Amino acid sequence: MDWIQILSNSASSIISPATLAYALAALGLAVHFGFAGLLNMGIAGFMAIGAYGYAIGILTFGLPWWAAALLGLVASAVFALILGIPTLRLRGDYLAIVTIAAAEVLRLLFLTTAFDKVTGSADGLFGYHASFRASNPIPEGTYGFGPWEYREVDWWVRILGIIALILAIITVWRLMASPWGRVLKGIREDEEAVRALGKNVFGYKLTALVVGGVIAAAGGIVYALPSSVNPGVYVTSLTFFVYTALLLGGAATVFGPVIGSLIFWVLQTVLGNVLPAAVQAGYLPFMTSIQAQTLKFILVGIALMLIVIFRPQGILGNKKELTFVK
Amino acid sequence: MSSDLTAPVAREKTTGLHIGDAKPGVAKTDPIIIADGVRRTFGGLTAVDVEHLEIPRGAITALIGPNGAGKTTLFNLLTGFDKPDSGAWTFEGHSLSGVPAYKVARLGQVRTFQLTKALGLLTVLDNMKLGAKGQVGERFWQSLFPFLWRKQDHQIEERAFELLKKFKLDEKSDDFAASLSGGQRKLLEMARALMSEPRLVMLDEPMAGVNPALTQSLLEHILDLKDEGMTVLFVEHDMHMVRHIADWVVVMAEGRVVAEGDPISVMKNPEVVDAYLGAHQEIDLGVVTGRYPAADAGKNKASKESK
Repeated sequence: MDWIQILSNSASSIISPATLAYALAALGLAVHFGFAGLLNMGIAGFMAIGAYGYAIGILTFGLPWWAAALLGLVASAVFALILGIPTLRLRGDYLAIVTIAAAEVLRLLFLTTAFDKVTGSADGLFGYHASFRASNPIPEGTYGFGPWEYREVDWWVRILGIIALILAIITVWRLMASPWGRVLKGIREDEEAVRALGKNVFGYKLTALVVGGVIAAAGGIVYALPSSVNPGVYVTSLTFFVYTALLLGGAATVFGPVIGSLIFWVLQTVLGNVLPAAVQAGYLPFMTSIQAQTLKFILVGIALMLIVIFRPQGILGNKKELTFVK
Repeated sequence: MSSDLTAPVAREKTTGLHIGDAKPGVAKTDPIIIADGVRRTFGGLTAVDVEHLEIPRGAITALIGPNGAGKTTLFNLLTGFDKPDSGAWTFEGHSLSGVPAYKVARLGQVRTFQLTKALGLLTVLDNMKLGAKGQVGERFWQSLFPFLWRKQDHQIEERAFELLKKFKLDEKSDDFAASLSGGQRKLLEMARALMSEPRLVMLDEPMAGVNPALTQSLLEHILDLKDEGMTVLFVEHDMHMVRHIADWVVVMAEGRVVAEGDPISVMKNPEVVDAYLGAHQEIDLGVVTGRYPAADAGKNKASKESK
């Protein structure tokens, strides 16, 4: 097995666009689930709206890349309002059912051939990079060192992704350290009690859904920036992966989702490299290398179960939170 | 025997609250809540059917009645947590029909819950600060700029500490509310409600599950509320407590108001005794169930009172 190559790939994944995208999506989900207690199972839908909004903005409306990105964010805010107004009166588990359905409806709308000209149906959308690449201030060439050696285009994607992530972290951190965040956490604990204290609970939940949704959509855009928009990505398992990253780091923390996404992707890369290599080297004789790739996802599922059972507050979560059973 | 005698300082009852005979729906000299024809049904069951009810301002009113009498439902209706089938009610002249719960609370009518709702994974101090009204930092855009709300937040914190000291919870201020005992949570919920500077405090069974030592201090807190100019309406099953602190008693049964009056006379009302108190209210439970002869129970009680 080529351990150097495996280590290099794993280290490289620390700042891969996918990691940054997951970090943004998990941060958005932290606002929904960790701070507001909204069991949103449709985070993949928010990411899809961001990615499709960006691609459609460029391909169909001919917008420059930044205006298209803005379109993706606005579209996700509108989606959050449409989703939230009828459903936020529901209790936790019912909200989960509705949001999972809404994300699937959205995905199927993008997949259907009826809007093929705009959404590209099963082929997805691609070839929207001209405006984004033209805006790149970095001169042509390869930069970086060791495992982090990328071309200028790849750096431009990563830099913008990191900027978006930092902005999102500052916003969420500010919000949650403020009285606004206090109300939100109160709603997570018991919304009736907060209502009895004169707070417009519905308004807070709707705002939280929009804020988290926009951050998750930014994640979708970062995911789409370097490559293409593929409807097969925004499936329900994406929601579960983002939840895994979130719970790994700590749901009710600001940096937890970021750390969680990082660990999630590094682990994915390690497993994705090690398992097939192990099969080839004959360590896993009962398995083909395709099966080894699938084993990766089985291990992710097991990891999610173990976290929820043994460390529900995540890596960065407050240990005291574990002491109390709700 | 009267529990007034055992209180450290017996405080004066507020009198002269009503106009005319004390009967159900009697007019008050200065009502804070006036309800008319409030009716709520759950399927075939009429939970609340109140023709007319006035709650006197600046006094402590007890709402009593057997289980299922509709006391909590009436509470929920008056505070906007539930919607009636019909009826109208006003709070300090504002019509509250159809007004959502959070707006009712903003008007100065705050409630607590029968099953205590402490916000477990918030600290005691955060619980308290949440109660304050009109916080700049609770608005979305303003919350992003701490210099806009920091000063107000400090003032709120000071007020929260004052109240916590009064309720003897100040040492717990950094603990999660989930770590408090049941009685402490009741205190916290009441203190939190007071953070909103209400004019009417509605307490749903404030004494349920609270030990006798804490009961005494809770009673004092409730009496203090009146001294500070607040009106109190509370649901309670403990008749000694009702007699001790209530200035006015409203008795409900099967959704209706069946009697009203000052505590002493209401509890002598034969209808109330029949519907709720039962004939054995002054007798030791052991006597009722036949475990002790009546004479022994009397002796026990006499020795207790002499202490």
